[in-house]
Amino acid sequence: MSAGDAVRDAVASFDLASVSVRECNGRLHAARDPRPPARVRVLNPGGRHSLAVGLDADYEVEIEGHAGYYCAGMNQRATVHVHGNCGVGVAENMMSGTVVVDGSASQSAGATARGGLLMIGGDASARCGISLKGADIVVRGSVGHMSAFMAQKGCLVVCGDAGEALGDSLYEARLYVRGAVAGLGADCVEKELRAEHIEQLAGLLARAGVDAEPTQFRRYGSARRLYNFHVDNLGSY
Amino acid sequence: MCGIAGLFAKRDALQPRLGAHLSAMLEQLAARGPDSTGVAFYREPAPAGSCKVSVFSAAAEPPWRELGETLEARFGDASEPRVIANHAVYEVSGEPAEVQEWLRELHPEVTVMSAGTTIEILKEVGSPIEFVRRFGLERIDGTHALGHTRMATESRVTTQGSHPFSTGLDLCLVHNGSLSNHNRLRRTLAREGIRFQTENDSEVAAGYLTWRMREGATLEQALEGCLDDLDGFYTFAVGTADGFAVLRDPIACKPAVLAETDEWVAMASEYRAIAVLPGAEHAVTWEPEPGRVYSWGMAPVA
Repeated sequence: MSAGDAVRDAVASFDLASVSVRECNGRLHAARDPRPPARVRVLNPGGRHSLAVGLDADYEVEIEGHAGYYCAGMNQRATVHVHGNCGVGVAENMMSGTVVVDGSASQSAGATARGGLLMIGGDASARCGISLKGADIVVRGSVGHMSAFMAQKGCLVVCGDAGEALGDSLYEARLYVRGAVAGLGADCVEKELRAEHIEQLAGLLARAGVDAEPTQFRRYGSARRLYNFHVDNLGSY
Repeated sequence: MCGIAGLFAKRDALQPRLGAHLSAMLEQLAARGPDSTGVAFYREPAPAGSCKVSVFSAAAEPPWRELGETLEARFGDASEPRVIANHAVYEVSGEPAEVQEWLRELHPEVTVMSAGTTIEILKEVGSPIEFVRRFGLERIDGTHALGHTRMATESRVTTQGSHPFSTGLDLCLVHNGSLSNHNRLRRTLAREGIRFQTENDSEVAAGYLTWRMREGATLEQALEGCLDDLDGFYTFAVGTADGFAVLRDPIACKPAVLAETDEWVAMASEYRAIAVLPGAEHAVTWEPEPGRVYSWGMAPVA
């Protein structure tokens, strides 16, 4: 295939030992609507940045190793499965689709993501789900400090522990944590886990393939004290 | 931005290829730091009673032979200079601190980059790709090494302003990040007798570690002191005679990845610099936690 050809084969394979990331992404972008859904394998990723970014088609992408920064960023519709760890900003600004990371993810996983599901099999480090805007994130392990900072909408589910300042300056995102929380950020409080939340959590855990009991989680959300400027809150802004 | 790479050979078989592996790591970090490049190799200990000094000269025809003769005249015995680009390494009979001090006082025409029994620091302006070629880095062996690719933010791009910075005998520091209280801290440390060659913020961090250890702190205690006394962003890697140590600031703005196999321990700013090492795909790989000192060595870091 030449660089301009769409990927419409049943399985396309890009070996990054010999094909550039730009060429790989360019070929994936060229196919606006592959039928049947194309399966794509990316070999020898070697921690390269910007793998499978900006996809907007029903791809099933398998990344066979560790990915660098911004993997699957801006994803729409595609399912991207990383068989390894990810660097900073995996699935940042995802709009829809699914991103699965078998290993751990570095900082700012799922930052500003608007839709879709991000599943992290290991841990996510600091600022997981920062400014989350509607996507759902399920982390099997633990998350680092400042996770869900200013998160507006969507859910962050943490099966392990959460670091310092969870949910600082939180808006309407829902946070579910099974383990210990090192500390809550400004305006983040624990809230009652009601039937509707258990149902939502059970659905997310099922979608992520995590076998965990929803009632073991605690729910955290915004106390809504910082929404509007109030002089008494000056120290918290 | 800047790039850091560290590699520690757990088995002797890796040692002859240490420079080749570090070169591959640095080339992956070229985009993080195209302004200058530097390395510290730990290799071939000087014989008992002797030390090694690594010296830089900006002269078109560096006075290596003459310097060797004056070292020999003063200290009784000095090796032929081993010239590597515009640096030279001497083995000198004597205490490393004394030799370093003597060179600094009496030979300001050259810059002492490192002193100790095993350390050799080489650094220069220019990209890693150029540096690797010019310094023949792929041919250098050793037990462990640190490297740095600099993207300058705080001060001029000069040889002296390149990393690693010596922080004492057989010790050096590489830094990714920027410090905001370095001017005040530099003045404080200068009053304590710590000397600085540049306006560089990272040199102040190196000076801070030197000062703390001079006052009796262990390397680990000195690094933990950074958490209180340095304001800014940093991922530090510190080379020691035995191995290396890593510390990230509590906010963890700057990246770091650690990886370990049966053959080696590696540290890098990004995983792609580790991916070029043999067996990287099977390495245990993780991100160091913020505000925690990690260290490796042949012996525990004192």
